[in-house]
Amino acid sequence: MRAGVLVVLAAGQTSRNVVPYRAQMATTLGFHIILACLGIALPSIVLLAEFIGLRRHNETAMRLAQRWSQAMGVLIAVGAVTGTVLSFEMGLLWPGLMRSYGAVLGFPFAVEGLFFFLEAIFAGIYLWGWRRLPGWAHWWSGMPIALSGIFGAMSVIAVNAWMNQPGGFTEKNGKITSVNAWQVFFNHAAIYEMPHMILAAYMVAGFLVAGVYAAGILRGRRDRYHYTGFALGFVPAAILTPFQIFVGDTAARSIAQDQPVKFAAMEYVARTSRQVPEWLGGAYVNGRVYGGIKIPYLDSLLVGFGPGTRVTGWDSVAPADRPPVVWLIHLSFDVMVGLGTLLLLLGLWALWGWWRRRQLPPQRLFWVAGALSGVAAVVAMECGWIVTEVGRQPWVVYQLQTTSEAATTNGGILTSLTLVIVLYAILGVATIAILRMLGRRWRRGDTAEIGVPYGPPPELEDLPAGQVEP
Amino acid sequence: MASDVVGGILLAGITLYAVLGGADFGGGLWDLLAGGDQRGRRPRRLIDESITPVWEANHVWLVFDLVIFWTAFPQAFASVMIALALPLWLALAGIVLRGAGFAFRKELSTVSLQRAAGATFAFSSLLTPFFMGTVVGAIAAGAVPANATHASLAAWTSPTALMAGFLFVAACGYLAAVYLAGEAKVRGDRAMQAYFTRRAQAAAIVGGALSLAALFELHNSEPALYARLTGRALPLVVIAGVCGLAVLALTAVGRPTGIRVLAALGVACVVWGWGVASYPVLLPGTTVTLSNAGAPDTTMIAIIVVFVAAVVLVMPSFVLLYMLQGRRLLGGGEHGAPLTAAAARTGQAAAGRPWQSAAGDRPGLVARSAALGLVAITAIARRRGRR
Repeated sequence: MRAGVLVVLAAGQTSRNVVPYRAQMATTLGFHIILACLGIALPSIVLLAEFIGLRRHNETAMRLAQRWSQAMGVLIAVGAVTGTVLSFEMGLLWPGLMRSYGAVLGFPFAVEGLFFFLEAIFAGIYLWGWRRLPGWAHWWSGMPIALSGIFGAMSVIAVNAWMNQPGGFTEKNGKITSVNAWQVFFNHAAIYEMPHMILAAYMVAGFLVAGVYAAGILRGRRDRYHYTGFALGFVPAAILTPFQIFVGDTAARSIAQDQPVKFAAMEYVARTSRQVPEWLGGAYVNGRVYGGIKIPYLDSLLVGFGPGTRVTGWDSVAPADRPPVVWLIHLSFDVMVGLGTLLLLLGLWALWGWWRRRQLPPQRLFWVAGALSGVAAVVAMECGWIVTEVGRQPWVVYQLQTTSEAATTNGGILTSLTLVIVLYAILGVATIAILRMLGRRWRRGDTAEIGVPYGPPPELEDLPAGQVEP
Repeated sequence: MASDVVGGILLAGITLYAVLGGADFGGGLWDLLAGGDQRGRRPRRLIDESITPVWEANHVWLVFDLVIFWTAFPQAFASVMIALALPLWLALAGIVLRGAGFAFRKELSTVSLQRAAGATFAFSSLLTPFFMGTVVGAIAAGAVPANATHASLAAWTSPTALMAGFLFVAACGYLAAVYLAGEAKVRGDRAMQAYFTRRAQAAAIVGGALSLAALFELHNSEPALYARLTGRALPLVVIAGVCGLAVLALTAVGRPTGIRVLAALGVACVVWGWGVASYPVLLPGTTVTLSNAGAPDTTMIAIIVVFVAAVVLVMPSFVLLYMLQGRRLLGGGEHGAPLTAAAARTGQAAAGRPWQSAAGDRPGLVARSAALGLVAITAIARRRGRR
């Protein structure tokens, strides 16, 4: 039945409006990227906790590490399957891209597959080896997860960076004739995209962990357990935040050179000129910016360290080659930078408190901000992806292939988009519900587990069948 | 040349996904058929404990295969993805629901929610191999054109493709039952060993019947493929058959030594038989071959380098994982059920009479499966006859 509908839709599809295809990719990628961040960075945080637990015989840190790895088991599983969705979608949504450039951008993906293997194998050992592996052996079994998370992220980001700055191959009559794998992997944009995303992953994971325990502290659970949990997430994330801002600033300057039209959309530069002002916020409608704060010369200063710096505007390319909805790109960029700055301030506040009184700030506002820091990091990271992906439009491979050339010729996209949204909404709600349920169970302290699917808890094993719910 | 090597790598990856990942799907099938909460409790526990630490690593073979496919043979990849979009979407939905259902079930504490997550896991474990089977069947039957522009319903609903779907499900169930019987043997759980041995026999009969039916169907509808399968791929087909019969015979006489290897080898021979029969054509029915499907030699060499690195890094890790799993060092964290004394006692009680009907097992399952297989063959034969 559904197949019939799809075929009818396929026949009726004539226009090349690729917004639904992009929406589906954005939904699945936007969902997966949060889990990917946790997959990249959470193992390191868990290992940090276990390290402290082992080294200093710190029971609290040890208990946190064990519990986090239980949550990590759920998150890695959901991340593994939502990541598979993206692999399929590369072909199901963008066969044109794969047909033309699969031979080029496939290589970093193959490297990623290698690290995905190591991650999954050692996750199997680490997550399920808590009980029977000796302490330090168990700790070392987690190291490959943390490392392969970083290298796997580098590989995937290499693909995205390559789409922004394609190179490392020769093409003849629309056919790829040779590929330089090294240049594909370490393309021009990879140099800043890789550290930007890996730092983002650590910030997301760290602040999310900290946020959970800050929320607990706000609810009056002011115990050693909660403060330790908060610190183990917050300290690494806060330390990395200034580095992230530095990397992001460098990245923005590189984008001004490499992808000037994307940069123009980020900063509302309509015409190529000097002494370009910086817009904070504001909506660009019909050639005017409404509601933004204008800071004269600042954009030129940021791009070239002098007010006379020439900044390329989007008038440098034909209207068809400009990204759509510039306000979305600009506001996403501003939100990302703004939240990153706020997270930096939060870290400095904590540092101040530690320097003056050897304790975290007691003010309620600090803990409210701490509780929200995880969400803020996620929003900032998602905004960053909006900037880089929407900002590259209408290209899928910058200046080589448009998104509409890449999209599948099949119809039925609205059906699959709807189903994906419904399925991912359920998946997201279920994942959060399960994590909350785990938290409640930990607080009750019943660590003895259900363990066996369905049915009566272990102690009821010997009861006759009639006494247990069938 | 390099493209042939990469074709071999791809086939090796598919084989590993089939014999490792396939068994995890089969575990879901037996979970689905394990009966009510009480009766299905012990097989479910064994399935759960066996799959838990390894399924994600096994699943990566699928991603690896996809990546090799699109990197090395992008033209063919794009055509398959367009022409067979629907079964691929459905298989993908199954993958998501299977993984999420399995992971969630473990952490849920209410029986009704566990049951919902478990049913999701089990049903999607059935759907995913079926739709993947239709995809492979459709490719084998030459239903994917070289430059597909739209999805085709007919491509994957041909008798060959549907038969491949059913065959995949049976093969997954077969592998899982054989592995689980072996796992139960390692644990000294005689009751479960008997339980899964019976199911392995049943699945072997259904799978064998389906394979014969598929050959019969190919003989009628795809004579070219049939000729190659019974031509140069014949040794592999014969080995596959012999492996299946050997597993049946060994389990029937109660000497289940090495049946896991034999079962895996049998399934691997089916995969390689398909590969050898198609070689060097990548999309049967078209002129798309391993060497002209897209990627230049430099890409092929890069893939080979990555594969060698994978063998050096990943294989020892896999060995470590399976070794630890085999020695039962993985299981339970802060959570996870300890082996209760009760279970151990039940195992003791069943010891000494290994092939007697175990708790919750139904006698005559083998006979019923044989009948089912016969009915399937008859139905197909009659369908062909009517044409």
